Amino acid sequence: MPLTTPTPTAAPPAGLAPHRWLRFAVRRSGRLLVSLWVLVTAAFLMIHLVPGDPVRASLGPTASAELVAARRESLGLDQPLWVQYATYLRDLLTGDLGTSFGSQLPVADTIAQRLPATATLALLAFLVAVLVAVPVGVAVAVATRRGRAPRTELGFASTSVFLATIPDFLLAVALVWVFGVTLGWLPIAGQDGAASFVLPVLALAVGPAAVLARIVRVEMLAVLETDYVRTARAKRLPPAAVHLGHALPNAVTASLTLGGLLLGQLVAGTVLVESVFAWPGLGSTVVESILAKDYPLVQGTVLVYGVGVLVVNTMVDVALAVLDPRSTIGES
Amino acid sequence: MPARLPAPTRRPASARLPAILRTPLGVTGAALLALVLVTAVLAPLLWGDAAEAVDTAAMLQGPSADHWAGTDNLGRDLLFRTLVATRLSVALALAATALAVTVGLLLGTASLLLGPRAGRLVTAGVNIAVAFPGLLLALSFAVIFGVGQVGSVLAIGLSGAPAFARLCQTLVAGVATRDYLAAARLAGVGRLRILLRHVLPDVGGPLVVNVTIGAGGALLSFAGLSFLGLGVQAPAYDWGRLMQDGLDRIYLDPLAALLPGFAVVVAGLAFNLTGEAVARTFSIDSISGVSLLAGGALRTRRRPDAGGLPGQDATPSADVPLDAGPDLVLDVADLVVTVPTPAGRVRPVRGVTFQVARGEAVGVVGESGSGKTLTALAVARLLEPPTTVTARRLSFQGRDLLTGDHRTLLGTELAMVFQDPASSFNPVRRMGGQLAEGARHHLGLSRRQARDRAVDRLRSVRIGDPDRRAGQYPHEFSGGMRQRAMIGLGLMGSPALIVADEPTTALDVTVQRQVLDLLAEVRERDAVALLLISHDVSVVADVCDRVLVMYAGRVVEDLPAAGLATSARHPYTRALVAAVPHLETDLDRPLAVIPGRPVDPADLAAGCPFAPRCPLADARCRAEDPELVDGVACWRPGEDLPSAVPEEATA
Repeated sequence: MPLTTPTPTAAPPAGLAPHRWLRFAVRRSGRLLVSLWVLVTAAFLMIHLVPGDPVRASLGPTASAELVAARRESLGLDQPLWVQYATYLRDLLTGDLGTSFGSQLPVADTIAQRLPATATLALLAFLVAVLVAVPVGVAVAVATRRGRAPRTELGFASTSVFLATIPDFLLAVALVWVFGVTLGWLPIAGQDGAASFVLPVLALAVGPAAVLARIVRVEMLAVLETDYVRTARAKRLPPAAVHLGHALPNAVTASLTLGGLLLGQLVAGTVLVESVFAWPGLGSTVVESILAKDYPLVQGTVLVYGVGVLVVNTMVDVALAVLDPRSTIGES
Repeated sequence: MPARLPAPTRRPASARLPAILRTPLGVTGAALLALVLVTAVLAPLLWGDAAEAVDTAAMLQGPSADHWAGTDNLGRDLLFRTLVATRLSVALALAATALAVTVGLLLGTASLLLGPRAGRLVTAGVNIAVAFPGLLLALSFAVIFGVGQVGSVLAIGLSGAPAFARLCQTLVAGVATRDYLAAARLAGVGRLRILLRHVLPDVGGPLVVNVTIGAGGALLSFAGLSFLGLGVQAPAYDWGRLMQDGLDRIYLDPLAALLPGFAVVVAGLAFNLTGEAVARTFSIDSISGVSLLAGGALRTRRRPDAGGLPGQDATPSADVPLDAGPDLVLDVADLVVTVPTPAGRVRPVRGVTFQVARGEAVGVVGESGSGKTLTALAVARLLEPPTTVTARRLSFQGRDLLTGDHRTLLGTELAMVFQDPASSFNPVRRMGGQLAEGARHHLGLSRRQARDRAVDRLRSVRIGDPDRRAGQYPHEFSGGMRQRAMIGLGLMGSPALIVADEPTTALDVTVQRQVLDLLAEVRERDAVALLLISHDVSVVADVCDRVLVMYAGRVVEDLPAAGLATSARHPYTRALVAAVPHLETDLDRPLAVIPGRPVDPADLAAGCPFAPRCPLADARCRAEDPELVDGVACWRPGEDLPSAVPEEATA
């Protein structure tokens, strides 16, 4: 019963409504800033936590001492830690993410060039997952509530558990084999036209869609038993108006919180799926840079992924606030 | 009633194991897990050499009779390599899980170990870390610890720690407030000791479940890292590594990538299914013993055999007027509500007959579980399958509700007021819209017209500044205002009957009066009939013209409200009336109660259901169930009760 907790004895004056939004915006951006600071600091510290000398590790044992010293100086690693931190923050604010060890190109340029492919992939996959999961979850909930259609429920439960268990990159390999190798319908590598999106998007979307559909179903089942849905039925509205107009908005707000976490995972999942499909995105960049010990590039890409996740989480909270006026009141 | 549920009984985990194995899920999970673990132990012993045997004559081959899954670039058999890789894959996953659990436990119990202030800091850190996906954390840690087995175990273990820390925090927070912990703290027991002796045993169950599932996750993560080339490095090999090598050759030898992939899925499923099965066994254990008596929670709608095409509109021709007089708003005969339960079909309402005349106020009183709410929901056609409603006659405004679809009739002429106004409005929609939508749908009003009418009805139920209030959400209304708004919702049409189910129970005493007065006012204004369900005899006596007394799913007495105190004939009615304290009640004596407990509809004996609690009960009462005759269902109506029954019973 989400509603029974705070029963305000006196309703607040309506004039307070804008203040509530302001307070929500301040609180939420405060949290975002703290998370961002932790993320940036972690990215900065990453290179300092590498055991031994990261420059030596990166250049290899055969590099001359002069080269190592020169590289250390160019990176500012000979400065005190707090100076390096201040420099790092200042550079970050001007969009300077450093220079790649390997290509000697600005990290920001590499990311700008690689990011669109990854972002498109993640966004498409999320859209597909939501557009499939919400209708399926709602339909299955309505069809199977109160023990109706037990076979449908069993079928849905086992299918969704199975699909949710398969990790995206394994599914990607299986899809490559079925649709690329055996059937030969779709391209299996690279980004070239709309057809090349099908398999990577599917590989990314299926798991989150299965999990999300289960969440939507469970939330929907709970909402369908609430008093306010009974009130809606007492108004003798058509079932569609009761289910979509009254139950769904409440079920979606609860599902969104968990859905946001899924979306974050989906962003990270692109790394593996891109590797399967040789997708020209940020995923291959991050793997290659880790293997090559190209630390500036690693720092930059990890930072971009982290910011992506934070942005997604913030967007989810804002969407929640729009959908459910109670969520702006404040959280304990 | 729910507060009285017995606490879940605790049994040692060993006693649960057979129960887990009795479910198909548990058997599958346990069998798969056993298979994976046995393979992990035995495969390197049996096929370790075969997996390493280089055969330069058979390099990079597809599946053949000699090598079922083909060979790799050194001619080594891929089937054997996949089997042998089980040990390393599982061992690394378990190592990473152990690390994640240990670190997670330390972080998650920080508030217990380090005190509240440091604990809060750790909690904040965990909350931020949890927001980032595990793979991203693992990649970051892989940068620090380097690629390879050790680095990957550290990376995956540490990246799994925040999730476990969050879990532990939740579990510990649930335990930390319990009395025995406070007692232990007062007794000066040390923090670590409290954690080990008191907290961990209590949160152990959920933790074990999540560790099992977490191991499955670690296995998949490890396969992922190795697949990216960041995990296990040649010449060692795990499933992820084998997949990476195999993917390049997917056209030539699909099994080279698919077989290790299949192994990953099987092993992941083994851990997940086992965890799920344990989890289900645990939760079944904690909710068993909930009785099915909670009639108020059961709702249903249409009798399945009573036709009624969905979506069919109420056309006059489909509504055959019955022979009932035009003055009857509601005519119910032999109403039966049947609820399927695991123990069989139960009938919480067993043949209820009554009528409500135009403008009449009829009260329904009875204890919890007497079937009064189900009766109200049944006549309002708000019960849904699998609960079924049957009746000899069920007509509203002269139309047979058992056949056809009466959506518009019920939507405009029947108003409902529910018990809890706090939960009866949709929290995410504005009040004005919630009032208006029915009128838009049934009366074809425009958005503007419907809103104007909603504002007007809010005003008529005495809600100040209705225009502004219509734009607010339910949580901005007070409890009494919400209940008045609910009455206003019923007035959007032109109601002939208001069905009010405990409309004042959830309200403050001072607000109850307002709501009752409002109901009375609405009735007088438009000659609206009222069916008032209440357990409060004094409210019913005050508001209603006539009272139906329900017991064990039947009407046991039907009498004028004015006669409640003086001319009630059924012993149960008289006991109900006697149980109401008056101003002149002697407070030095114990308050009157009805001895015994209400009947469970699932467990009805022969005879009058009230007989076990009735001071007048004789052999006939225990053998035959009396019918409702002349307004009372009793074999000995109106006979003198033995004096001071209630007092004796409580003494």
